[in-house]
Amino acid sequence: MYKEICSKYAPTKDNLIYILHDIQDTHPQHYISEEAVDAVAKYLNVPPNHIYGVLTFYTMYSTSPRGKNIIRLCESPPCYIKGSENILRKMKVLLGVETGETTKDGLFTLELCACLGVCGNAPVMMINEDVYGDLTEEKVEEIIDKYRRAK
Amino acid sequence: MKFFRSHVLVSINDTSLNAGVQDFIKALRTELAKQNLAEEINILETGPLGFFGRGICLSVYPENVNYQDLKTEDVQELVAEHFLKGRPVSRLMLDTAGKFSPKLNYANRIVLRNSGIIDPESIDEYIGAGGYEAWEKALTQMEPMQIVEEVKQSGLRGRGGAGFPAGVKWSFTAPLQAEQKYVVVNADEGEPGTFKDRLIMEGDPHQLLEGIMICARAVGATKAWIYIRGEYKLCIQRLEKAIAQAREYGIIGTNIFESGFDLDIDIKIGAGAYVCGEETALIESLEGNRGNPRWKPPFPGVEGLWRYPTVVNNVETLANVPYIIKNGAAEYRKYGTPECSGTKVFTILGDVAHPGLCEVDMGTTLRTIINDYAGGMKKGFRFKAALVGGAAGVILSERHLDVKMDFASLNQYAAVLGSGAILVMNEHQSIVDMLWSILRFFRHESCGKCAPCRNGCQQLYKLITKIKKGEGSMDDVELMLTIAETMQATSFCALGQSPIMGIRSAIENFKDEFIALCVTR
Repeated sequence: MYKEICSKYAPTKDNLIYILHDIQDTHPQHYISEEAVDAVAKYLNVPPNHIYGVLTFYTMYSTSPRGKNIIRLCESPPCYIKGSENILRKMKVLLGVETGETTKDGLFTLELCACLGVCGNAPVMMINEDVYGDLTEEKVEEIIDKYRRAK
Repeated sequence: MKFFRSHVLVSINDTSLNAGVQDFIKALRTELAKQNLAEEINILETGPLGFFGRGICLSVYPENVNYQDLKTEDVQELVAEHFLKGRPVSRLMLDTAGKFSPKLNYANRIVLRNSGIIDPESIDEYIGAGGYEAWEKALTQMEPMQIVEEVKQSGLRGRGGAGFPAGVKWSFTAPLQAEQKYVVVNADEGEPGTFKDRLIMEGDPHQLLEGIMICARAVGATKAWIYIRGEYKLCIQRLEKAIAQAREYGIIGTNIFESGFDLDIDIKIGAGAYVCGEETALIESLEGNRGNPRWKPPFPGVEGLWRYPTVVNNVETLANVPYIIKNGAAEYRKYGTPECSGTKVFTILGDVAHPGLCEVDMGTTLRTIINDYAGGMKKGFRFKAALVGGAAGVILSERHLDVKMDFASLNQYAAVLGSGAILVMNEHQSIVDMLWSILRFFRHESCGKCAPCRNGCQQLYKLITKIKKGEGSMDDVELMLTIAETMQATSFCALGQSPIMGIRSAIENFKDEFIALCVTR
């Protein structure tokens, strides 16, 4: 499977970031396994430690399995002063997990992230590709409910 | 051309898409057709409007009425009342009291002059608004060094934070002989509170492309990369579309306008690292490496991407270029102050009545920006402080409200204009808490390459956490200053050199709060 993804891109190192994005997006658990690192290293003809170095440098990549829906709540100053900590607390209760953990049903992974550039509607979070702004504790509950029902 | 009685501008952005703006527009069109108004009322899907309401927002011209948080259920009432009877629905208006309408100020805009007016996904509308005339002029009537000279004369300074004169930057690269040169656009906007580049790209992607083209011609680059953060999905879509349109029209490609000049533009997507806003770190990332900054010199202008001469410019900087080339440096200098020409796009957030963006002349005061463009403070709150320039910025107090917002004036307060983010805080908010949040951010974003920044950011976070909990002393406050000053002097790149600004300004302007937390125990 990894070979197939790799072959979509020319085997040059500058495509590494794209290949990693693609592998992660395609994987049902949204992460990049050791096996994948080896496959990419072979394809690009660079040592696996280079791949691992890049992988762990950027916040959008994960080296451990994650849930179906990835929640990224912004904790940067603009969201912080608008109460992102309260949203985080609520989220932890709703999902029953700590930051960085995945729910038992494998539906959600809760992560924190830096500024998403939607500060006009702080506090903000992203679930997968979708942005949700002007969050309140009630609104978060509704949103999580929506994803639970969509399962 | 068809004439309409009213134009309805609907902002298409992440927030409105999520609120179901596509269905809303469908419903609005249906309702207008039902009332036989389809020929009178024009609906325009456009970029950012200049204010941030909740959910689906729209502006109606020429009435200049702004609505927010619209639902499909509201369509019937909106059409019947406003468009049929001419009575704006105050229940749905941005400011229900109807007193404040954000000053949209289109007369004084350069970068955002089309934003919220034209359809950003149509190259024809951009050309109709005078777009690509500057590109044609640069390509067919000007020599590369003439372009560089014009930009130098305009006094345009980099809008990414550091404020380096753009023309001077170009003049390092332009005369070099190399088999390949590159233009790289820094669209990896990561400074907390900053989203001006997102709005520029969402609102008028072709203007950025035109700026890139002119820059490429000036320095002799035949390939340009836009390095954009992965989270900006809508920008990426719109830029991809814009590039495809430009290729189709022969505005980029080979032998453009039969001038013998070739240029291609492509997008590269980042993967989330604040430090990649630093130009050499960005180049490393483009090459497929960890985004660790490089040693300078050589500067990227001499040795950049794959060791070839590379000009790295911010989105807003390049978006200014078409205006300069089309109208000339002298015309551009009419905006702003003698030392800092042009306009600046600011994003205003926090406890103001209407968070949003505005483009104003360089040198506009902080007070004017807050009062005239953001509707003043949110009802019931008093101004306490503003974090200007994002995490790598400074915390200004009430005493500084009349400071002129330009590079030179802010320098007098040891402050930086930075990226143009203004985060307003009310009297109930704690400065120590704010500083804690800033230092937590730096601790997370330090890339780890150099010891002063890697260790310094950790220590600063530990100290501020201690102070925040009420367990610190004034010695800890002093120690923070010492560490941050050392970091400023010894860090490898701007990231480690930045925390001092927030720390020093917080302690200078709000010393009482530190004393209250440290001494009373």
